[in-house]
Amino acid sequence: MNVDFYEKIWMWAAAGIIIVFLVSIGATFVGQAIQPPSHVEMIDPDNVRTDAEFGQPGVTIHEDGSATVVVQAFMFAFLPNEIRVPRGRPVTFRLTSPDVIHGFQIVQTNGNTMVVPGYVSQFTTTFSRAGEYLVVCNEYCGLGHHVMSAKLIVEEFPTSTEAGMGGGR
Amino acid sequence: MIESRKLALANFWVAISAFAIAAGMAVMQALSRANLDLPWRTAKMYYLSVTAHGVLMALIFTTFFIMGFGYVVAERALGRPIAQRKLAWGSFYVALLGTVLVAWAILWNKATVLYTFYPPLKAHPAFYIGAALLVIGSWGWCWVMVRSYILWKQANPEARTPLPVHGYLATIIVWILATVGVAAEVVLLLIPWSLGITERIDPILARILFWWFGHPLVYFWLLPAYVIWYTVTPRVAGGKLFSDPLARLVFVLFIVLSTPVGFHHQFLDPGVRAGWKLFHAFNTQWILFPSLLTAFTVIASFEIAGRLKGARGYLDWLEELPWGDPAFSSVALAMIIFAVGGFGGAINASYGMNAMIHNTAWVQGHFHLTVGTATALTFMGAAYWLMPKLLDRELELSLLARIQPYLWFGGMLLFSVANHLTGLKGMPRRIYQFDYGGSEVADQWMGGTGISALGGVFLFVSALCFVAVMFGTGLAGKRAPQADIEFAEPLEEPGSKARILDRMGLWVVVAVALVAAAYAYPIIQHLATERFGARGVPVF
Ligand code: HEM
Ligand SMILES: [Cu+2]
Ligand SMILES: [Cu+2]
Repeated sequence: MNVDFYEKIWMWAAAGIIIVFLVSIGATFVGQAIQPPSHVEMIDPDNVRTDAEFGQPGVTIHEDGSATVVVQAFMFAFLPNEIRVPRGRPVTFRLTSPDVIHGFQIVQTNGNTMVVPGYVSQFTTTFSRAGEYLVVCNEYCGLGHHVMSAKLIVEEFPTSTEAGMGGGR
Repeated sequence: MIESRKLALANFWVAISAFAIAAGMAVMQALSRANLDLPWRTAKMYYLSVTAHGVLMALIFTTFFIMGFGYVVAERALGRPIAQRKLAWGSFYVALLGTVLVAWAILWNKATVLYTFYPPLKAHPAFYIGAALLVIGSWGWCWVMVRSYILWKQANPEARTPLPVHGYLATIIVWILATVGVAAEVVLLLIPWSLGITERIDPILARILFWWFGHPLVYFWLLPAYVIWYTVTPRVAGGKLFSDPLARLVFVLFIVLSTPVGFHHQFLDPGVRAGWKLFHAFNTQWILFPSLLTAFTVIASFEIAGRLKGARGYLDWLEELPWGDPAFSSVALAMIIFAVGGFGGAINASYGMNAMIHNTAWVQGHFHLTVGTATALTFMGAAYWLMPKLLDRELELSLLARIQPYLWFGGMLLFSVANHLTGLKGMPRRIYQFDYGGSEVADQWMGGTGISALGGVFLFVSALCFVAVMFGTGLAGKRAPQADIEFAEPLEEPGSKARILDRMGLWVVVAVALVAAAYAYPIIQHLATERFGARGVPVF
């Protein structure tokens, strides 16, 4: 197959661009461990409401200032619907649903995960900016989907002396 | 006069009708999303309408159009009547019956589960059975096409596969590989569960199977559009195809690459391991390559057209192109829009950036550029070219036809850019309204949704023009013999260059091996893990 000269240049350029993309994905994966929430843990949706952990959703602040946030997402609300977490500390979210699939999206950050009945979603992030964030359900879950939201408040941790640690990713 | 004329027309009229209904729903959605208080506006109507619009546009309009155009390609490019005409009609009616069942379930408020129907949202069994019939009908069509090709091949063992047929065979292979996933989901999981035979369903397994289908589905939409770009538009423009073997290479790359990528739709799902997501993310990037090649080849073909008409300078060939002919302008504008869509696609597929835009309005901004324009507007352009020939009538209301592509282009830019931006600001997709208890963040989306609604109105007017021209031509177009259906010639006949690209059996083997590599292990691993499954929830 004889390929036109300009077309050859174009082909190499196209392949070059793609290789740059691949390398950057690979590098962020290896270097900064950037990866989407891919936790594998199962839970019976019928037991979510009585579960020791998910039956009592809420925020736990650990001694080092990091936090664990346990959230139940159901038609059509999040529990708790006001979440207070420390700024500049790793915050681990753990979520599940007793009914249908929901989304948990912390608006204008890249905190975003699907919440699937039968599975526990988990991701860890650090908020560098204090303030109030809107959390919305971003997966259609029924006729009340558009009202399903919560408030996330990032506040200075009382004992916090360190400066912010990186972006809210 | 072509023999499969009635068959092709039957498919086209179903496609055009589905498009017309869906466009009516679309404009109401676009207005509703701007929080405009239409009198009949309720959440129930909104989600029902989004379900109907998604199904009618993305599944019915596209599939019937692709099938109808396929028959024309098979008969005209192979130069012989299609095989198994009875099976072809039978398949048409099966697919139509499926469409009617699905439409009944949705419009009678028994299936507001959106066109992705993720369980445990539970629809009426008619919805799933209808979807299965649609797929079975399309498989019948695949067989008619493949059989026609085999018979031709037996009669012409030495000849090169005509390029449009080559592209359609690629489409069919991609479709068969894809529908294995959705057929498994619908037949093994959803139908028994919706009938009450099984009690629980595993939502993640269902999503894996859905997206096994869902991504190659977009190439099922795209490849017939590429067939038009490569083999119809250069001729409409008055030129020749720049390179025949490269076009074949593009189709082969799609066969190989389009399926082992589905996890890039599930980056944010729990229960799917990060390593597999990364593997699919890598595969996904390569699929940009054949589209970049296509951009070069098709634009070079247009340049040839301009030069043949006497252009000499760097860019003056652009002026020589028939911008007033809707069969050309639709496609050229669709290509420009697709270039924009491609950039967005690279971001969607990026392992890290996906979380910024997943399930936001960005996504609807994106796919209205790709399937909603690159495919849909190309099909409209192809209809302007083909329908008069099939009907032996002149195009009626040709002034409307002339402005229609430009209206679509302008409306889509407004609609899509606005949705990309509100998406970046965090507005979710698929929401009836966005007050969120008076949230200030949500207030920032207001301007964008207004622009999107304005774009929606332009798009709707454009859609009305298209539908009016089609029905006008069908019912009242002046009867007059039309030019034959002929495909673009390549600058240089392929001869026996790169014959390996015609060996579809070989590429099927490679593709199947890649699908197995991408899915066999994760699915087995998933099935081997203890899972609970969810019960169905009536949500509407
Ligand atoms: C007449 C022009 C069109 C307008 C004004 C329009 C507008 C819209 C709007 C406002 C939504 C709902 C977004 C949401 O709430 O998430 C939507 C969804 C959608 N549209 Fe369109 N659209 C048009 C044409 C098309 C075309 C031609 C196609 C494909 C061939 C298409 C495919 C879809 C799909 C697949 C969805 C997603 C439904 C879902 O999220 O479940 N649209 N459209
Ligand atoms: Cu929800
Ligand atoms: Cu929701």
